[in-house]
Amino acid sequence: MGFLGPNGAGKTTTMRILTGFMPPTRGKVTLDGYDVVEQSLEARRRVGYLPETVPLYTDMSVNGYLKYMGTLRGMPPKRIKSRLDDVIGLCRLGDYRKTQIGKLSKGFRQRVGIAQAILHEPQLLVLDEPTIGIDPIQVVETRRLIKDLGRDQTVVLSSHILPEVSMLCDRVLIIHEGRIVAEDTPKNLAQGLQGVDRLEVEIGGPAAEVLPVLKAIRGVNDVSHLNNDGRHTYTIQAQAGQDLRDEISKVVISNGWSLRGMQMVGMSLEEIFLRLTTHEEL
Amino acid sequence: MRTAQAVAWKEIQIYFSSPTAYIVGLIFLALTGFFFTQDLGDPFPEATLVPFFDGAIVMFILLAPALTMRLLAEESKLGTIELLLTSPVRDWEVIIGKYVASLVFFLVLVGLSFFYAILLFVYADPDPGPIYAGYLGFILYGAAALAVGLLTSTMTNNQIVSAVVAMGILLALFFADRAFGSVSGLAGEIIGEMGIRGHFDDFSRGVIDTTNIVYFLSVIAFFLFLSIRTLESRRWR
Repeated sequence: MGFLGPNGAGKTTTMRILTGFMPPTRGKVTLDGYDVVEQSLEARRRVGYLPETVPLYTDMSVNGYLKYMGTLRGMPPKRIKSRLDDVIGLCRLGDYRKTQIGKLSKGFRQRVGIAQAILHEPQLLVLDEPTIGIDPIQVVETRRLIKDLGRDQTVVLSSHILPEVSMLCDRVLIIHEGRIVAEDTPKNLAQGLQGVDRLEVEIGGPAAEVLPVLKAIRGVNDVSHLNNDGRHTYTIQAQAGQDLRDEISKVVISNGWSLRGMQMVGMSLEEIFLRLTTHEEL
Repeated sequence: MRTAQAVAWKEIQIYFSSPTAYIVGLIFLALTGFFFTQDLGDPFPEATLVPFFDGAIVMFILLAPALTMRLLAEESKLGTIELLLTSPVRDWEVIIGKYVASLVFFLVLVGLSFFYAILLFVYADPDPGPIYAGYLGFILYGAAALAVGLLTSTMTNNQIVSAVVAMGILLALFFADRAFGSVSGLAGEIIGEMGIRGHFDDFSRGVIDTTNIVYFLSVIAFFLFLSIRTLESRRWR
């Protein structure tokens, strides 16, 4: 599940409550039936957590640190040993087992952070901005890792990188100023919000003639035109649920113009996000 | 319990690999060595460890906070406390683990200072009573000072603040017996009895009084209790 919101929306706070670091001021949070305040220890056993700042003991080695975290999570030494190899392989830390954490780059620290979070195979994995501040190649790797992890356990991740959320998550929850403003799949969010389908069509023909013809098609709400060095692109806002592609291509061809390209454009998460979180005050 | 052990073991390793601890150890041994030899220069030297103990307890007002300031303040500063407290670890296990680690380092220092006692036993014929009792008192005193330092380390993410506040508390306890003269009535009695000195001096005179043992154990328990509650207070509504 993706957790989205502008800075200060309450993402980290929510995650801290989930993981039992902070109590909720009101209300109740249960994890697998255990109240995070009343049965904190049981709840905490089921969570793996990576805070945004990736806090690690810089003077410990990767191995030593992971062993320590495993013990803190109450894992028996044998299980730590076998899981250690799995996790180090999964997070590709093989060459750095003995390295002091303080000497690792940000991306590798992030991996160590993820490694400690998944070490005890928690049912819930909470990742606070897991790809912030690492280089693009490592971002791709981290995302792949998160996606893999999401197959076996519930992953809650926060982000303000919207494509990341739409790529990684089955469900998106957008919060703003501590309130949920939207919750759905990334796809439904885009559709639901838009209320209209958008088509981008490139047509070879005189714009002055094309424009009124397009506007006259039934079901078209609005058409905007963009002339990009002789490439005329029209963005057509259609009424919800109407597929106008056939109609448009017929019209274009019957007028003797050429249809050079056409695609449906969904609303990007950025747009949804902006629309949901900025108040339009008139 | 295994988690408390893990915390303690990790902290002990850090003690023995960190410069702070070695600096504290060096200062402790160098200065107590000076105190120890000072009296031996007298025309009629006495085979006693009293000057060593007297110097050591004053020094420990400064050194104990230096040993404990890092324990939790650094976790808060680095943010690692977030992972520590979201692991299934009880608050008391964290505090006890950290406390035991500082205690172990302190006991190693005490162990090294046995050298002075050995010298006395080899080259002179000291009265063993005050030496044994003095060491017991010094260990109890040090353990109490470390508990004070641990509490202040739990309260802040700034190691310097932690150390200074702990020194303040220890100084106040050290001079509390002056209240006997300056504060009248029951209040003076109570504050005076809280003083560390009065309770320690019996030990170095060779007297093992249960009252004094109870005093130090109560101080330790009190400050550890407050530390646990302080750590726990993050979860209070």
